Amino acid sequence: MKKYEYFEATADIGLRAYGNDMNEAFENAGLAIFNIISDTSLIIPERKIEFEVASEDDVSLLYDFLEELLFYHETEFMLFSRFDVEIDDGFHLKAVIYGEEIDWNRHERKTEIKAITFHKMAVKKTDSVEVQAIVDL
Amino acid sequence: MSIKDEIKKVRDNVYEIPGSFNKSMRASGRFYIADEYIDDLEEGAIEQIVNVACLPGVQRYSIGLPDIHFGYGFPIGGVAAFTLRNGIVSPGGVGFDINCGVRLIRSNLGIEDIEDKLDELTEKLFENIPSGVGSKGKIRLKEDEINDVLDYGAEWAVKNGYGWDEDLEVLEENGRMLDADSSIVSDKAKKRGIPQLGSLGSGNHFLEVQIVDEIYDEKVAEVYGLRKGMIVVMIHTGSRGCGHQICSDYLRIMDKAYKKYKINISDRQLACAPLDSKEAQDYIQAMAAAANYAWANRQMMTHWVRETFEEVLGKSAEDMEMGIVYDVAHNIAKMETHKVYNREEELLVHRKGATRAFGPGREEVPEKYREVGQPVLIPGTMGTASYVLCGTETAMEETFGSTAHGAGRVLSRSKAKKDFDADEITDDLATKGIKIKATSKHVIEEEAPGAYKDVDSVVRVSDSTGIAKLVAKVRPLSVCKG
Repeated sequence: MKKYEYFEATADIGLRAYGNDMNEAFENAGLAIFNIISDTSLIIPERKIEFEVASEDDVSLLYDFLEELLFYHETEFMLFSRFDVEIDDGFHLKAVIYGEEIDWNRHERKTEIKAITFHKMAVKKTDSVEVQAIVDL
Repeated sequence: MSIKDEIKKVRDNVYEIPGSFNKSMRASGRFYIADEYIDDLEEGAIEQIVNVACLPGVQRYSIGLPDIHFGYGFPIGGVAAFTLRNGIVSPGGVGFDINCGVRLIRSNLGIEDIEDKLDELTEKLFENIPSGVGSKGKIRLKEDEINDVLDYGAEWAVKNGYGWDEDLEVLEENGRMLDADSSIVSDKAKKRGIPQLGSLGSGNHFLEVQIVDEIYDEKVAEVYGLRKGMIVVMIHTGSRGCGHQICSDYLRIMDKAYKKYKINISDRQLACAPLDSKEAQDYIQAMAAAANYAWANRQMMTHWVRETFEEVLGKSAEDMEMGIVYDVAHNIAKMETHKVYNREEELLVHRKGATRAFGPGREEVPEKYREVGQPVLIPGTMGTASYVLCGTETAMEETFGSTAHGAGRVLSRSKAKKDFDADEITDDLATKGIKIKATSKHVIEEEAPGAYKDVDSVVRVSDSTGIAKLVAKVRPLSVCKG
C-alpha cells in the first residue's frame, strides 16, 4: 500500500495518506507533512516527543494532530520522520513522534507550512483508511 | 446554469452578481477585474464572493479585487464589511498570516552609491535578516516579553532600540492596535512566536533592494518623499507561526461558535461568531495581538536593514535618510467608519489579501500624507516590479477604502516546480540585472514570476477603476527569499 501522495491545490499542496487503520493513516499523514518541509529520509529518528490530542470528530482530530506536528516542529526546532499514533474510540489520540533537531547543512530545506486548513479535509473509512488535507504554504 | 451567466457589467473592469442570484444573499457581489480576465476568473472564487455575501450583517457588497483568487472560505483579494449590530467576525476573512504586510523604506542614495557594493549588500542583508523554513530570529525573547510584543507591537520594538520614534508615525495603526490583549492569546501561539520574532519566513515573503523606476504622479510622489532613481528597500512578511496559530486556534473556536449561534454557512472555513459574542471579541483582541507581532517583526527588520546599509556603505542611516515611507497590512479586520446609504456607520471591515486605500482627509492617514491619501504598497513577485499607489475617494465610496494587494498565484507550487528551473530563473534575473539570494532552489522555482498573475495588470485595473491611483513603480535590484 502506498503511504501517501500529494495533489495540486492552486496556491498550496494537498496530501492523501493511507493506512490499514486510522493509526497508520495518521502516521503516514505525519510523514507526508514533513516530506513537504524537508526530505524525511534524511531525518534521523533519535529524539522523541509525546503528546495527546482530544477532539470532537475524526476530521477535527486530524486537524488537531497535524497542527500539533507543526507546533513541535517550530517550537522544538525539529524535523520528524517516525510517528507512532494510537487513537481510541472517543476521538482521542496519543502520539509518540521521533526526529532530530534541524541542521540545514544536512537536512534538505524545502517549504514552510503556515497552517493546516479544513478545506476538503476528509477521513474516509472503508476496509482501509484514507485521510486528506490541504496545507497552507 | 453557470454562476458566470449571472455576472453583469457595471462599467469597464467592474462587474456585479446581483443579490437576487441566490435567496440567501444579503448583499450583492462586486468584482474589480480586467475585462479580458473575466472569462478566466475561477468559478470557485466567484462562489466564495457569493458565500460571503450570505453572511449575517454584511453591508453593500461582498467585494473581489483585481487580484482575486480562490482562498479558504473567503477568497484572497476580498473585502467584506459587517455592521456592529448584527454582523459577524470570521478568522477565515483575515487568513492565516494575520497582518502579512509590506513596508517601504526610502533613502537619499542613487544607483551610483550602491552598484559596486550591491553583492556585498545583498549577502549581508541575507545574513542579517533570518529567512527560510525553520528560521529563528536572532534574538531570544524571555517568556513574558512576548506579551509586550503582542500588546505594543512596533512601539515595543522602537522602545527596545529597533528603529526611530518617527517610524511609528508612518505605519498603519502606528504599528499598534489598541484592541490587542496578550492575555487571551494561547500559550501555543506565544511559544511559536518567541523563536521566530525577527524572521522573514518562506514562501512569497521577501526583502528587496529596489530602485524607483518611474513616477506617475509627481505631486503625490513628492509628498511621499519618492523620486526617480532613488534606492528603496521593501520588506514583505507577516506574523509568522504566532499569527498562524492564533488563526488556527480561533478557526476551532468559531467552528463551535457558528453552530452554537445557529449561523448558516456553506463552508466550514467561513466559521464565524456574532460581533457581540465573547468568541468574536476574543478573536478581535487576539487577531490584533498577532497584527502587533507582525508590526514588531517588520520594525526589527527595518532596524537590521539600516544597520546593514551602515556597515556596507560606511554612512549612518540618518545621513542616508532611511526613513519609512509607509507600512500596510494585507490580512486584517478593523473597526472603521464608512458611508452606508448616506449614513456614517461603524463597521468591521475584513480585508484578506487586500490593502487599505484610504483617500484624502481621513484621520487614520498620517498627517503628512492626509492631503493626498494614504500610500498603498503593492508588491510584485520575485524579480518583477512593485508599485506605490495612493488611496482615493472612489475607494472610500465603493470598496470600504480598499484595493488589491499583489499578483495572485495562477500556477500551483508543484506545477511551478515542474515548469521552472532555479538556475535558469537565477540566470534570467541576472541578465535583467537582478541578484537573487535564497535559502533553497525549491523556493526559487515555486515562486517563479511565471507562477503568478501579472502584477502590472492588477495595478492597472486598480488605477483605471479609481480604487487607488498610481504614484510610482519600483523595480528590484536584489532579492532575498526565504
